[in-house]
Amino acid sequence: MSIQIIKDKCTGCTLCVKVCPFGAITIVSKKAVINYDKCTLCGACVESCKFDAIDLKRDASKTPNLEEYKGIWVFAEQKKGVIQSVVFELLGKARELSDKLGAEVSCVLLGHNIKDKAQELICRGADNVYVVDTPELEHYLDEPYTRALVNIIRKYRPEIFLCGATFIGRSLISRVAVKLHTGLTADCTGLDIDPKEKFLMQTRPAFGGNIMATILSKNHRPQMATVRHKVFKESERDTARKGKIIEETVSKTLLTSRTKLLDIVEEVTSTINIAEADIIVSGGRGMKGPENFAILEELAKVLGGAVGSSRAAVDAGWMPYSHQVGQTGKTVCPKLYIACGISGQIQHLVGMQSSNIIIAINQDPHAPIFTVANYGIVGDVFQVVPLLTKKFKAALNR
Amino acid sequence: MNIVVCIKQVPDTTQVRIDPVTNTLIREGVQSIINPFDMYAIEEAVRLKEKFNGKATVVTMGPPQADAALREAISMGCDEGVLVSDRAFAGSDTLATGYTLAMAIKKVGAVDIILCGKQASDGDTAQVGPGIATQLDIPQVTYVKKIEDIKDNHATVERMTEEGFEIVKTSLPCLLTVVKEINEPRIPSLKGRMKAKKAEIISWKAVDLDLEEEKLGLKGSPTWVSKIFTPPPRPKGQVFEGDCEDTTTKLVEAIKDRLVA
Repeated sequence: MSIQIIKDKCTGCTLCVKVCPFGAITIVSKKAVINYDKCTLCGACVESCKFDAIDLKRDASKTPNLEEYKGIWVFAEQKKGVIQSVVFELLGKARELSDKLGAEVSCVLLGHNIKDKAQELICRGADNVYVVDTPELEHYLDEPYTRALVNIIRKYRPEIFLCGATFIGRSLISRVAVKLHTGLTADCTGLDIDPKEKFLMQTRPAFGGNIMATILSKNHRPQMATVRHKVFKESERDTARKGKIIEETVSKTLLTSRTKLLDIVEEVTSTINIAEADIIVSGGRGMKGPENFAILEELAKVLGGAVGSSRAAVDAGWMPYSHQVGQTGKTVCPKLYIACGISGQIQHLVGMQSSNIIIAINQDPHAPIFTVANYGIVGDVFQVVPLLTKKFKAALNR
Repeated sequence: MNIVVCIKQVPDTTQVRIDPVTNTLIREGVQSIINPFDMYAIEEAVRLKEKFNGKATVVTMGPPQADAALREAISMGCDEGVLVSDRAFAGSDTLATGYTLAMAIKKVGAVDIILCGKQASDGDTAQVGPGIATQLDIPQVTYVKKIEDIKDNHATVERMTEEGFEIVKTSLPCLLTVVKEINEPRIPSLKGRMKAKKAEIISWKAVDLDLEEEKLGLKGSPTWVSKIFTPPPRPKGQVFEGDCEDTTTKLVEAIKDRLVA
């Protein structure tokens, strides 16, 4: 490992001085000079330099000073100032891991006018909240968010970094992990600490849920993982909890973006987004037409759930794509999944088979959907579903 | 306009079965297909090529038999196929894969748009697309459901979100990962198939690319698989048959208590 300034290329522009999280660079006679006592070889300056004047030779096989990485961090994703519920689920898991590891739990919160949200994260289990509050971070954009996050991670060196497997999380964290040259495991369904070596054991489904793999990132830090919604339980809210809020500033040069957000369009096709729903009532080819989805909506309403769909129903134009569950649609894991008139092609099953309880309603007793169902009714959906709506309404007093 | 589309050959997960005795994955007889999401990327690449009179190059990293995937993409209208294949790449995780593909794309030459499927159906990580963009230091837009416009060295696209979509404008070159909603992949024409059959696939090994050896394959991969196991089978369910009044009552009774919590 070594770093040096290529004097011929350095113009003394001071960009590297501004981005160095450790104050290790000064300009002497219009050339950058590195203070090797302060430098941690983090590489922030290399990326900031527009003249390729900094040469960093990294040992790719191991993160240097690995043992100095401490603590469990959670990315506190917010949209329009609202902390996303997956963050509380991650905090619940992070607290559990912290007991096994003896480490603090911290959140990093990026956005604009969001400082007042930090206390909520403390109530939900964070010991520290690092906040960057600046107009450039108001809406999610890959580049400024990546650079801000990389900058803070390099400064504080967490051992574990968790993020929700959301649209934002998956885009952001993939970039961050590459910049940090560390390991990232997507869509974990299980996280634990190896009792002997204290590694993060990251378990995830592969091959459409047919096998499970436990993945380790032994020689690189932070150990990064994304987790889907609804996999872990939300942490309890404790208003008496105390924690520290640390305001960070990030150099403006890091907050530029080559992409611009022109507009946000919210499609209100359903009251509840299926990826977030605790209960999903889904329809397939057996629904016979778009008008018949109304009976599913009624059942969903009584149960407080959302309406999903198989690929067949989307391809037929009966339901919008955003409702599609399955391999080419969304993977969901609600507490209750009711499959109505869905035969259960493997492409559909891989998208919903990790649901807590599965109910299948189908005319064909041999339909594959029954192989994954906890409960099934063999019968005509057009008779069964309205009866269920009526009976649930009575049973649940709704 | 120069377009690169990155694809992956994957086992057809719909055919993957578990051996009930040994509890391991049965791979024999499982067909290899192009990752379903990559089909939309290929189609979009061909549409852009046709619209802007450009060139579409399809790139894959994988074993020699991934040649078949490249030919299929050519049959759909891609101009050229590049197979990045070497034993040195074996064991690559998403970091090493992103790096290797980025270096291959650099060798392809000046590129305006790189297209990828949103994720692969075998690994489901969605990490390699953004990984390539980061390695090349270009902007990315993930989960693109529509390319609205490309002009003045910028692309305006619609990006899916949990609540709907965003309209995002990005400078070129850029990398886009696409979702199913973006298009409907075409069936290759007979002429396309003939062309694909005769096409000369460009094949690059590690030595052909300007690579740092320690960033490749197993050595360049921070994540290691320490254990693989089959998930516990779901317990056998209870199926009610017969009169609807009766079956629905039984079902509601069976689960109503679990819904109140």
